[in-house]
Amino acid sequence: MILLLQYTLLFASVLILVALGGCFSEHSGVINLGLEGIMVMGALGGALTLKYISPDLPALLIVLAVLVAAILSGMIYSVLLAVACINLKADQTLVGTALNMLAAAAATVIVKSINIAENPDNVSSNVQYVQTKKALVVSMGSFQFNWFMLVALIVLIAAYVVLYKTRFGLRLMACGEHPQAADSVGINVYKMRWAGVLISGMLAGIGGIVYITAGVSEWKFEVGVAGFGFLALAVMIFGQWKPLNIGLAALLFGFFRALSNVYSGFDFLAALNIPGSVYNMMPYIISLIVLAFTSSSSRAPKAEGIPYDKGSR
Amino acid sequence: MSRSNGNIQSQKFLSRPAVQATLAALLCIVVGLLIGYIALLIISPAGATQAIITILKNYFTYPSKAAAMKYLGNTLVKAAPLLMCALSIQFCYQAGLFNIGAAGQYVAGAGAALFCALALHMPWIVCLLAALIAGGIFGIIVGLLKSYLNVNEVISGIMLNWIGLYTVNMLLSGVKEVASPYTVNVATENPGALLPSFGLDKLFSNNKYVTIAIPLAVLIAILLKIVLSKTVFGYEIKATGIAKDAAKYSGMKEKRNVITTLFIGGALAGLGAAFLFLSGYEQWSVTQSSVPSMGFNGIAATFLGGLDPIGTIFASYFIQHITSGGSYLDKNIYPSQISDFISAIIIYLCGFVLIFKLYLNNYLGVKEEKAKEKTTASANKEEGGNK
Repeated sequence: MILLLQYTLLFASVLILVALGGCFSEHSGVINLGLEGIMVMGALGGALTLKYISPDLPALLIVLAVLVAAILSGMIYSVLLAVACINLKADQTLVGTALNMLAAAAATVIVKSINIAENPDNVSSNVQYVQTKKALVVSMGSFQFNWFMLVALIVLIAAYVVLYKTRFGLRLMACGEHPQAADSVGINVYKMRWAGVLISGMLAGIGGIVYITAGVSEWKFEVGVAGFGFLALAVMIFGQWKPLNIGLAALLFGFFRALSNVYSGFDFLAALNIPGSVYNMMPYIISLIVLAFTSSSSRAPKAEGIPYDKGSR
Repeated sequence: MSRSNGNIQSQKFLSRPAVQATLAALLCIVVGLLIGYIALLIISPAGATQAIITILKNYFTYPSKAAAMKYLGNTLVKAAPLLMCALSIQFCYQAGLFNIGAAGQYVAGAGAALFCALALHMPWIVCLLAALIAGGIFGIIVGLLKSYLNVNEVISGIMLNWIGLYTVNMLLSGVKEVASPYTVNVATENPGALLPSFGLDKLFSNNKYVTIAIPLAVLIAILLKIVLSKTVFGYEIKATGIAKDAAKYSGMKEKRNVITTLFIGGALAGLGAAFLFLSGYEQWSVTQSSVPSMGFNGIAATFLGGLDPIGTIFASYFIQHITSGGSYLDKNIYPSQISDFISAIIIYLCGFVLIFKLYLNNYLGVKEEKAKEKTTASANKEEGGNK
């Protein structure tokens, strides 16, 4: 039971982080379908830091170093989306998809090259971080508290405050609703959209490293992050682009994802003899059903997905 | 005089859409390969040049012509399903739908084809139809969600990809080999389910995997080109894609069109899977935990092909060519995924094609105007002299 709670909170943290990332990007007017790829890149940055950092350093320092690495790799990668979609007005769906594929391929190539350089016979795409991963968790009895749960909570509160209580947040949302109007009162739409995309890169980057350290101490980069970036988008839509609703939606989705990790620990679930695949499918089925019920009354930012052109009317 | 004539002609040549699309595609390929080459240089500079040549050469690395033909056959065997996935995405894109669910529709097709072949022992034509329908149903789900419930087709497509993967894994675990996670061999279990080759295999040094799938895929591409450019249905689909509300206003049933388009898209991807798995070239692994990349590579092929069925034929071949070429790299120096990396770069660059065309046309427009000014100016001058 505690294990279920632990995994639910962990996966919910991932979803909160990434969905809020998507939320910032979409409020600024850019649909970020590349969240999945940004997660992979953030995961890569974080995993490599975990791999090379000395396990003797204080735990807090390790957590901070991993966070910074994940944030930086996520942000740098999201620049590719920003340049293409904001400045060059490329198709946002296409570029997002390209970024997902690019991240999976690039991460695999990078990890494999590192592995091969270390040992020519090791052609796997795995990164191991058994020792250093311990710094990320604090045992409280049988519950393992993960520092990233705290990070997700802080980000959730911060996102609410920034979006609704600050000048920056309100301006950002104006750019997603009616960029021409925002521009007419002197807001630089391009700058705001850049900010939105970079924040999404930052948050999705953290989300990536949280995902690959949840319960495992090595990651095979060939598999990417298994559609979690898209689950986060579903969470965002279900949460109607509002941070607090996103938090609740993430808990629900996190619960179903956690179930697939720990179902065998429950006697009555194990007794039902349902194949593991069904549990694996669960989060995706739930999200499809949820989307079906929530999409028709969608409160999506009105101008999302449309490249802003200062010259057009 | 003759020089300026040539200039104008070359400008006219450059402003033809097909020429621009080809030019843009070639540019994407060159830049993509260049970035891939740089990546290879970073990994290990010593063999990088050789490595990129290996990728580009693919089956030409074999010295004997017979062996090269045989492996050309293998590349074609995999290019056919890729083409089908690319066509699926392309057809839907004409209606303004981004069918990223092609990957899942492909998975559904594979599951249906293999289940009919291995569990029900059906002949190949039935298996092919089953794949078509299974893929189509996956497409219809996306279409229904999109047109009646306003669900973004990209997100529902991705969700269905994973649902499809786990369902097919479950479905096929009944017909897997005892000692391995792979499904039993179609050729030994039910030879009647293998696609016929009608002698095509002879052309490729008796490569038994070369079947009617390859010419069939090309034929379907041509058929789609005709449907899109010559029929009312094709026109309606394109109209829905360009302006959904206008199409609705002028009496087209836009909901029905969206659903039909996604059914056809799904059917194409499903057929593609049958084309691969009913050739016996590959077996399905019931423990695979990631969606096969075929559907995603289809995105690369379709955009590289300039969103045109005929262009897509060549683009699919090219993408498969470098993907197969990647497998000839020395695995202890270079990861074979470098090919996927190059394909992904190419798709990213395809995002810029529109702006490239815009600049090119602006540039040509400016040139044309200047040329006009020049001729009128010189004509005026001549007139003045005559007076």
